Amino acid sequence: MSGYTSDPRIRPQELLPWIIAIAAFFLLPEYLSLGARVLVYILFALSLDLILGYAGIITLGHSAFFGLGAYTAGILGAKYGVTDPFLQLLAAALAAALLGISTGAVILRTKALTLLMLTLAITSIVLEIANKASSLTGGADGLSGVQVAPILGLFKFDLFGRTAFIYCLVALFLGWLLIRRLLYSPFGAMLTGIRENTARMHAVGAPVYWRLVLVYTLSATMAGVAGALLTQVNQFVGLNVLGLEPSGDLLVMLILGGVGRLYGAFVGPVVYLIAQDYLAKQYPEYWYFGIGVLLVVVVLFARGGILGLVDQWWQALSRRSSSARASAR
Amino acid sequence: MILYVISVGLSVTMGLMGFINLAHGVFAMAGGFILSTAMARFGLPFPLAVLVAFVVVSAGSIVLERLLYSRLYAAGELAQVLFSIGLILISMALARLVYGNLAAPVFLPDYLRGQVHILGRDFPTYRVFLIMFSALLIAALWFGVERTRWGAMVRAAVDNRAMAQSVGINTRQLFMATFALGSGLAGLGGALGADILPVQWSYPFEHLVYFLIVVAVGGLGSLRGPFVAALLIGVADTACKYWIPEFGAFLIYVATMAILLWRPMGLFGVRA
Amino acid sequence: MRTIKIALAAALALSAFAAAAQTIKIGFITSYSGLNGNLGPYMERAVRLYIKEHQKELPPGVKIELITRDDTGPNPDKARQLAQELVVRDKVNLLAGVVFTPNALAIAPIATEAKVPFVIMNAGTAVITTRSPYIVRTSFTLWQSSYPLGEWAAKKFKTAYTLVSDFGPGHDSEEAFGKAFTAGGGKIVGAVRAPLQNPDWAAYMQRVKDAKPDCLMVFIPAGKTATAVMKNFADLGLKDAGIKLIGPGDITTDEELPNMGEVALGVITVHHYSAAATRPANKQFVADWKKEFGQNETPNFLSVGSWDGTALIFEMIKQQKGKLDAERSIEIAKQWRFDNSPRGPISIDPETRDIIQPEYLREVKKEGGHLANVEIETLGTAVKDPWKELQKKK
Repeated sequence: MSGYTSDPRIRPQELLPWIIAIAAFFLLPEYLSLGARVLVYILFALSLDLILGYAGIITLGHSAFFGLGAYTAGILGAKYGVTDPFLQLLAAALAAALLGISTGAVILRTKALTLLMLTLAITSIVLEIANKASSLTGGADGLSGVQVAPILGLFKFDLFGRTAFIYCLVALFLGWLLIRRLLYSPFGAMLTGIRENTARMHAVGAPVYWRLVLVYTLSATMAGVAGALLTQVNQFVGLNVLGLEPSGDLLVMLILGGVGRLYGAFVGPVVYLIAQDYLAKQYPEYWYFGIGVLLVVVVLFARGGILGLVDQWWQALSRRSSSARASAR
Repeated sequence: MILYVISVGLSVTMGLMGFINLAHGVFAMAGGFILSTAMARFGLPFPLAVLVAFVVVSAGSIVLERLLYSRLYAAGELAQVLFSIGLILISMALARLVYGNLAAPVFLPDYLRGQVHILGRDFPTYRVFLIMFSALLIAALWFGVERTRWGAMVRAAVDNRAMAQSVGINTRQLFMATFALGSGLAGLGGALGADILPVQWSYPFEHLVYFLIVVAVGGLGSLRGPFVAALLIGVADTACKYWIPEFGAFLIYVATMAILLWRPMGLFGVRA
Repeated sequence: MRTIKIALAAALALSAFAAAAQTIKIGFITSYSGLNGNLGPYMERAVRLYIKEHQKELPPGVKIELITRDDTGPNPDKARQLAQELVVRDKVNLLAGVVFTPNALAIAPIATEAKVPFVIMNAGTAVITTRSPYIVRTSFTLWQSSYPLGEWAAKKFKTAYTLVSDFGPGHDSEEAFGKAFTAGGGKIVGAVRAPLQNPDWAAYMQRVKDAKPDCLMVFIPAGKTATAVMKNFADLGLKDAGIKLIGPGDITTDEELPNMGEVALGVITVHHYSAAATRPANKQFVADWKKEFGQNETPNFLSVGSWDGTALIFEMIKQQKGKLDAERSIEIAKQWRFDNSPRGPISIDPETRDIIQPEYLREVKKEGGHLANVEIETLGTAVKDPWKELQKKK
């Protein structure tokens, strides 16, 4: 697993995702609504990677923040006439941060299965609240009629998803910059340290618990923003943004891509969502069989996720070429 | 209550063996389907069909253990979680292919239906039977783990596998047998409870949360734990739904949170 | 069965290729996977069966291409994305299907924006049709069954208890039944809402038993939950205590009856469709269904909504000779009458674009060794959605 790297400069291959995204915008204009969805999930996966991959916090409740963000933006847009997209994002971020810090402060003293269950309980409780408060959230019918004003007063969310795609891409780029900056800082190093050896971090005097709460809150905030983006793209919020299912899906996507490496969060959702989209169209009744097989295969043969595999090949390749060079001499 | 019989199997695999097996419900579902098939197609009486479910699921799980699970004992929690989710998805698709969309029909024998009168109140016979059966099971298991040579070997192997192996315990076989027992118990639970928790292809996913809660609240590696937890949560849940139905869905999660914050290792958890 | 499907799909794809100019594309969104994945096939089969039987009636050269999509259950953002793609990428002429209300609500703005008629073949919350002028519904609303049920129950029983799942349709059902029952002079002695995913019903049943009502009105989503409720109802002795179990037809769907067994006997429901109905149109429908998909298969109310929806789509195509215009199609829908539906004569309310249909009182009885919903009384031959009627009066 990669973690703390001292050289913070952006390497050329790191530009690849952005080139692909921009190319997709021009080459696949009919797939932009799927594209926007993928981008939102990448941001959501990034936020999970921050706590799972770097700080080692295992959670099944990350959808609590995603959903809270989605509903915050949705309720503002549908019930209170706050239609400015940036205001909605800001409010969603604040709400998610608040929930993150308050729950994080309580549950982060626990570990493993207990932590898993606590996070699951939290998202389930938020789900029940959203279901019960149907005058505000629309309950199980979902919250429809979410108004989102054109971005900067200029760009309206269109049927083809062009605006949505660019908007999400920009948001993802900013999120990525922020996380990248964070991980290449001493703070990022400390997180990796906590993941690898908590006792030692205590021993060197690091404030482990508070660092965890801080990163958890940050991650929650990002997840909240991702949720709000989804609301704005769809102009609709349903209960399915909360609970076990979206959390589980997200976990699967991230692990598929590769945990603890920034770009695993990019690869996972792309592969998962596109595979799901494709398989669901071919075999609507049995597509999850394919997803299941994919998961088992990844676990048995590619522990580091897809990117882990790529790494292995790359290393094998470079080893071979360097030994070839050596023998040629 | 039936959740307990299923969860106790999970407690065996997850607690004793330290494997996070989210796919536990798969074995329970298999048990239910086998019961239904045995009764409907081969006309077996209910008790015999339950036994068949237990045996077949155990046997089947050995195959899975050898082929797949055993490769992951040393892997991290994440890999185990992901792997078992994959297994859930595969089994759900297969179950749907074989048994179709509807729940498998299960009809109880007449002696388990109706009600019994205890202390002037009516209780459904079936539920009373389940509780008594579970209590017997727990006693037997507790005896097995705490008082027999097998139990001692399992505990030794989990605590320190290399050491156990070096003193001559065949940990490979031991884990295989333990896993079969855990899965078999799940199959037994799924079969016994098929009348309350209808067996359908979506079963492993639907009840996942309940199994996990029971095990987490009860505490890993404890046999008493899940039993007490299932009883406690079952009673509290029922009482809450009876008295304040408006909050029926909240209670189970709030209670889980409260207990886990109070005792992070679960009620009877062994310190990791 | 799968081979039939594949063959059908292949045949359709080929024929679409042959007459590309005159192909009507229907974007069909329903649920094939997830916890409710069993529902989708009931709808798709009905659509395919109708197309197969009536293809000849289409204007010469016109073909129908059905593009199916899986919304994975109550998953509005997925449904919305699929609808968007169907409109933008596949350029469908019509949208159709949808099991769940949130999904229909999420798709509604797309139908409006893209001006694509959207035929709802199941989702039954009353408000849906108000959300887009391009929506037509051929299924039902929960008010349509629960309101007449309340009126009928008020004549028979003095007190009632209601038990519903805690989600939109459940609330609809509770309110509709309550309104009609109280208006008819009955008294609701208790109402309880259970979580949607609720495995054990014993606590609720005990609560009902202690309240001693004359009848218990239950609404929960069709399927195995209903079986669990029935079994608990009997296990806890409510049946012996003389409490009558009633509800909208969703609680005794035809395909679920064999699983319920004897405990379901005597349950009274109100619904627009029963596979056991003896109308000739229905007998034909059920026979064709069994012939096509197997003797053990039975159509249900989702199938009928989809069957009639397809009939409506055929009407649109026929009247416009294969050139579909959105506004015209909706106008045609508003005038539509269909006397030969398996559920009896139906039509579309021109004001609300919602279905007008008969509602039947049924009792679960044993017929030829099988349990069936036997229609015992017709409560209304042309029931409009009572919710919209009440809204108008306000």
